[in-house]
Amino acid sequence: MNKQLMYGTHAVAEAAIQAGCRYFFGYPITPQNELPEYMSMRMPQVEGGVFLQAESEVAAINMVLGAAAAGARVMTSSSSPGISLKQEGISYMAGQELPAVIVNIVRGGPGLGHISFSQGDYFQSTRGGGHGDYRTIVLAPDSVQEMADMTYEAFDLADKYRNPVIVLGDGILGQIMEPVVMPKPRKKLPDKSDYIVNGRIGRPSRVIKSFFVANKDLEDHNWKLFRKFQMIEKNEVRFETENLEDAKMVVIAYGTGARIAKGAIKRLKKEDENIRIGLIRPTTLWPFPSKIIKDTSRSISDFFVFELSTGQMIDDVKLALEGSGHVHFYGRPGSVVPAPSELARVMARQYYQLQKAKRK
Amino acid sequence: MKKVYSRPKSLHNVANHYCPGCGHSIIHRIIAELLDEMDLQGKAICVPPPGCAVLAYNCLDIDMVEAPHGRGAAVATGIKRVQPDSLVFSYQGDGDLAAIGLAETMHAANRGENITAIFVNNAVYAMTGGQMAPTTLAGMKTSTSPYGRNPQNEGHPIKVCEILSMLDRVAYAERVAVNSPANIKKAKKATKKAFEHQLNKTGFSIVEYLSPCPTNWRMGTIESCKWVDDVMAKNFPLGVFKEVKCK
Repeated sequence: MNKQLMYGTHAVAEAAIQAGCRYFFGYPITPQNELPEYMSMRMPQVEGGVFLQAESEVAAINMVLGAAAAGARVMTSSSSPGISLKQEGISYMAGQELPAVIVNIVRGGPGLGHISFSQGDYFQSTRGGGHGDYRTIVLAPDSVQEMADMTYEAFDLADKYRNPVIVLGDGILGQIMEPVVMPKPRKKLPDKSDYIVNGRIGRPSRVIKSFFVANKDLEDHNWKLFRKFQMIEKNEVRFETENLEDAKMVVIAYGTGARIAKGAIKRLKKEDENIRIGLIRPTTLWPFPSKIIKDTSRSISDFFVFELSTGQMIDDVKLALEGSGHVHFYGRPGSVVPAPSELARVMARQYYQLQKAKRK
Repeated sequence: MKKVYSRPKSLHNVANHYCPGCGHSIIHRIIAELLDEMDLQGKAICVPPPGCAVLAYNCLDIDMVEAPHGRGAAVATGIKRVQPDSLVFSYQGDGDLAAIGLAETMHAANRGENITAIFVNNAVYAMTGGQMAPTTLAGMKTSTSPYGRNPQNEGHPIKVCEILSMLDRVAYAERVAVNSPANIKKAKKATKKAFEHQLNKTGFSIVEYLSPCPTNWRMGTIESCKWVDDVMAKNFPLGVFKEVKCK
């Protein structure tokens, strides 16, 4: 497919269709309305496509649950307050081992917050979010192209592990337009005939459940899920690095935050060609790229975490470092976009202070 | 010798887990008999609720997908949209369908989803120990209405079939009881009709069963059956509230 100019929300929706998603259940909330709107236009055009506007976020995620149990590639999208409402269903789906893609076009919070953007849902996304002992895979794009690519891949990951996958965008990524090359239509979809419900013909009846009356059964189920999550941590960690080789300070940022950080680093390099700032950009927030951070701390001791929140991912960075290295932080808790120049100023101050202290 | 009565093949060969005198086991049997008679065991997908009937899958030998509390109609919607030719029914209690899940119920009904709600009304939250339900009768004592339900404070019981029958896309709504052989026969007939409507894709169907709960009503089993007639059915009249033409 050719390069085309698309909104982030539209790119997510189209990529889902290319990935074989034929069921979309959603509910309006800003700043992601363009996504269900696009789906309501596109789904009737594709064979077997179903778009249904649910009566609530809660209903939408439970329709997703039902459709996943019946074997469909299915998706819902929302924004922060709506994702809070969906957590019940996401927990059930994790417990029932059902695959689905949930897109969060994050806005400001807590509460009604703000309709623009933020990275304040990091904890909610990476710590399970709902009740119980579970995780969801969290993909963090930083461009419209990645919004498309990661949504496309999210369906494969969801099916591979039979677990909900979150695509964590934000109001900026959802609303900007950028050139995108759409992934090719997925021709062959995974065979799910070994677990879905479609009527007990020629096999014993199946129950898709998360309830275990006997205490021991629930413990076994939780350990089974845990082993799956361990596999995901082993296989699916993703990140991007820039200029780590000779860096004296490493910036860690994701999504829109990483974009601003990249701009800031570029700016500083222009001003001082000897400046040595590297970047680690996690593209999976869970599983978190702890190893690369820990490994980097062998040669670099200063880490600069930048988030569009008051500091959430910083906890994971500290956990990854296990006490080694120094962690510095700068955050703007959403709804105000810090320009790269602002971030560059803060970064430069930190960087030059550190270099000065080292010389002493 | 001719066999006149046996376990339907849609029922697992297990002792059910319900209390003596509970209506659930009767309703399970009605469903199982119909699945056999209508040859639907291989097409049926049930959405059981949290509550006493969560273990329905230990009894009914068909595919099942557990729903979160109250979300039966939404989960059933998702399943049915993917598999329009399956027989999809939610199995829900009064708290599940008419309190926490009222929105899902109303909207699935309003969309005319071709699903069936098997709605068991025993006027209490039974699994959790007999708390007040949306269908608890005025003056009725429960563990959270120890002085009796006061309509000035908690409102009157919700009449689900009456409300749903106002919606255009509801194809079939009937209230029955499972407290006597005659009523059980009628209940089976109603359930059959509901399934037929679903198979004919005429829209949403619901059968509400007035069902005894001796344990939480603090009554004997015979007394409970009598109470369904004498008190419950006076507040929740039995009968067909809506039926569209079945193709």
